[in-house]
Amino acid sequence: MPIQEITTSLTPLLVVAVSLGAVPLILLSSRRPNLREFWTLLAAIAKFTLVLTLLPGAQAGKITQISLFRLFPGVDLCLKADPFGVYFALIASGLWILTSVYSIGYMRGGHEHKQTRYYACFAVCLSATMGIAFAGNLITFLLFYEILTIATYPLVIHKETKTAITAGRKYLVYTLSAGLLLIAAALWTFQLTGTLDFQAGGFLSASGLDGKTLVPLFLLFIGGVGVKAGIMPLHSWLPTAMAAPTPVSALLHAVAVVKSGVFGVLRVVGFVFGPTLMKQFGLDTILIVLAAVTIILASLIAMRQDNLKRRLAYSTIGHLSYIVMGAALLSPMAFSGAVLHIAFHAFMKITLFFTAGAIYINLHRENVSELSGIGRIMPWTMGAFALGSLGLAGIPPVNGFVSKWVLGLGAVQSGHPYILAVFVFSGLLNAAYLFPIVHRAFFKPGEGLEGKTEASPWMVAPLVVTALFSLLFGIYPDLFFRLVQLAAAIGGQIGGLLT
Amino acid sequence: MTHLLTNSPVLPVLILLSSALLGTVIAWRRPSLSWPFTISVVAVVTAISGYNLVRVLREGPIHYYQGNWAPPIGIEYVLDHLSAFVMLVVNTVALLVLFHARVVVKAETPGKELGYYGTALLMLCGFNGIIITGDLFNLYVFLEIGSLSLYGLIAVGERKAPIAAFRYLVMGTLAGCFYLLGIGFLYMKTGSLNMADTAAILPSMLGQPAVLVGLMFVFLGMGIKMALFPLHGWLPDAYTYAPSASSALIAPIGTKVGAYVLLRLVYFVFGITIIARTLPVAKVICWLAAAGIIYGSILAIAQRELKRMLAYSSIAQIGYVALGIGMANRWALTGAILHIMNHAFMKGCLFLTAANFRRKLGHSDISRFDWSIRKKMPWTMAAFSISALSMIGLPPMAGFFSKLFLAMGAVNGKHWIFLVVILFSSLLNAVYFFRVLEKAYLKPAGDAEAADGACARDEAVPSMLIPTLIMALLLIILGLLSTVIADGILAHIAPPGL
Repeated sequence: MPIQEITTSLTPLLVVAVSLGAVPLILLSSRRPNLREFWTLLAAIAKFTLVLTLLPGAQAGKITQISLFRLFPGVDLCLKADPFGVYFALIASGLWILTSVYSIGYMRGGHEHKQTRYYACFAVCLSATMGIAFAGNLITFLLFYEILTIATYPLVIHKETKTAITAGRKYLVYTLSAGLLLIAAALWTFQLTGTLDFQAGGFLSASGLDGKTLVPLFLLFIGGVGVKAGIMPLHSWLPTAMAAPTPVSALLHAVAVVKSGVFGVLRVVGFVFGPTLMKQFGLDTILIVLAAVTIILASLIAMRQDNLKRRLAYSTIGHLSYIVMGAALLSPMAFSGAVLHIAFHAFMKITLFFTAGAIYINLHRENVSELSGIGRIMPWTMGAFALGSLGLAGIPPVNGFVSKWVLGLGAVQSGHPYILAVFVFSGLLNAAYLFPIVHRAFFKPGEGLEGKTEASPWMVAPLVVTALFSLLFGIYPDLFFRLVQLAAAIGGQIGGLLT
Repeated sequence: MTHLLTNSPVLPVLILLSSALLGTVIAWRRPSLSWPFTISVVAVVTAISGYNLVRVLREGPIHYYQGNWAPPIGIEYVLDHLSAFVMLVVNTVALLVLFHARVVVKAETPGKELGYYGTALLMLCGFNGIIITGDLFNLYVFLEIGSLSLYGLIAVGERKAPIAAFRYLVMGTLAGCFYLLGIGFLYMKTGSLNMADTAAILPSMLGQPAVLVGLMFVFLGMGIKMALFPLHGWLPDAYTYAPSASSALIAPIGTKVGAYVLLRLVYFVFGITIIARTLPVAKVICWLAAAGIIYGSILAIAQRELKRMLAYSSIAQIGYVALGIGMANRWALTGAILHIMNHAFMKGCLFLTAANFRRKLGHSDISRFDWSIRKKMPWTMAAFSISALSMIGLPPMAGFFSKLFLAMGAVNGKHWIFLVVILFSSLLNAVYFFRVLEKAYLKPAGDAEAADGACARDEAVPSMLIPTLIMALLLIILGLLSTVIADGILAHIAPPGL
């Protein structure tokens, strides 16, 4: 392995801190909504800009890091912006800008209460997500992972209805239990190896452990990160959490929180265990089976959901497992596909959630069966929805095709060509649960739509932008930030170490 | 001045003892001065404890001979990293709680302030003495001073308080007797009451029945004092019916002192590895602690009254400390000592918020909590939430880190069942704390006035709010600095055989 150049810099800390710093400002301006939203937008843009300054280093394969103080004996609070972390941070912080704009339209359009709490918690969530992206070791990871859990809770129960409170309870039970499993896994690892620092290719491989230890340890880890990653049977909090306002579902339950889960899976597979150990002890098989089952089942369940957000939630569960599958296949190409899918799925799914929210605020409809004819009055919104659906089904020229293609290549490269069948079948199922919505919206006569027009531009603009990005990334994947190259480099960095 | 400072180990006890008497006289002549006087005394004592800790860190352990009589004849005070640290924690918590107490004491125990502060100072004197003494019998004396004042502080509470205090008095006196009997047996065999001296003599005679019986009595006594399950019977009523200021003073530090004595005796007098050869003391402590953690947490879920819930939670939390002591490895011991500190601040903060609720709402009945509270008392609720998250063990609060050390201790010693207990109990803690949080933040208010958001802010007065918030803030700071504290201070605590 080439020795990576490491530079020390405050930037990773600033990336994490900037939205945390915005929290008091948001709270103090609770009576002046415009100023309050200005702080959110400012923090979002500042965060994204700071991540961008880390990007050139990441593209050159360099690491920018900062160690603050001892968090645990022998383990520092270490923020380490390696290519993978920067990649994830880039996606999450970039989409936060769009979600913030969208939130303004959504929250004001829906006359939601407690908007200050909403924006403040959102800012904390983003800080935690950045912390997860840059965590240099398992304890730092855990710290931010748990903070994310807690900061999301007020957003899940935002509506304060009975359903929301029940959803909040379920959410806490699932995520807190997962946190405990992760603590157990981390401490056990520490006992076995004496270190917890993430390392490309895994740091457990040098420890000479046998299967009797490694298999339970791996299961603990997957239990820990698998809840947020929505791996079945640990997924059921996610559809329930759709009780949250739609921007929350969009950014957190399609991007930040759940992607933190799959990010965790990739960290565990690539940076704790490493491909060699995974292969040697058949750990990859466990993950492949779980992912394949989740991909198919989630898509099948999605078809039966009439509530649009729940349908999208099951779709998310399925697509998260595409990423898990990419990690489990253990080849450089599969890793790259998984990494790419983190970004591309984010763009597509956030578009669809934004659409669902725009429909809800505009027409107060949330069930698929009520959407007949709305394409004619909300052409931009439903046009974006159509694009996103095409992408999720994996049809060119939308970006979903690209990541699925790379994942497919990865499956072949790993010597598991039958996984292609899973991808293809799931693609068909995706089409089967998404296209009817598009068809219904554009080609079926609608009722009670007289006098209604397109949703507020605050909501339409972000969703058109994300849809356009999906399309552009589909036509020319390397257009922005050379994402594909970066993903390939990350894939090579982890998967290339398989011996 | 320098001469005074060389005597700094003995100063806290002396100052507290003399001002407990002096304070009562002052309060008798000028009642309005009793609170300022108490606060200044405790502030000075806290400052000296801080100085003592710095001194220990710089000079190493200090052995102070009372009246220059060398042990084992004279009484020795031992200021080492452990005692200096625990003393600072105890005095800091006491300072914050007593600062908070002015309004509450006046309201809840009208006309009794005169004796109240004097008794509180006397209790602190007892606790400080217990912590610093290096003499087994002297420890008993301070134990009684502390306990007797403690009964008084509980008994001045509401209608049922005298009964609770009497019950505690019976149990506590029994505990004191057990301890006294225990050291009597040990003295009979070793001929010494000095801890270091006894520690040197004991290993050679551990197998003897008299020594074993002595050990049993000592552990039994301390088990009652620290409310180790199933010897906790006195605790729930005592904490619930005591005046708010007393429960906030006793809950964080009262049982901790018992835990400290257990730690001191097990590790520094008997030697954990040495006992293990004759008696499975450590194992028994572990299992009782684990049972207590589960029992306390489950009963806490069932409580309607906030203070009572916190009391049962204390039984569970003392279980963590005892578990850390019993698991007998470096990690677990560090976790136990950290948890003594963290739990002191967490429980202190929670009892302070309970006092604020009682003061402003007139009750602390969980079933009557609704979202008007968050509107009336946003800051108190914020402090409550932070300490609740800390109790559950969520980062970046302090509770997370001490539990992390304890869990690491369980992993390190391959105590898988205890690992499961430590982790699973976090979920139970989450259940009983989120039950309160859900009510206080989310349950719609019953009356129409509060329902339409017209509920005016009615926060506790600054003298109550500030200490509450300082405690909450400390939970975050101390949490993040846990390892710095562990490496800088606790790493020097080196009991033999570990």
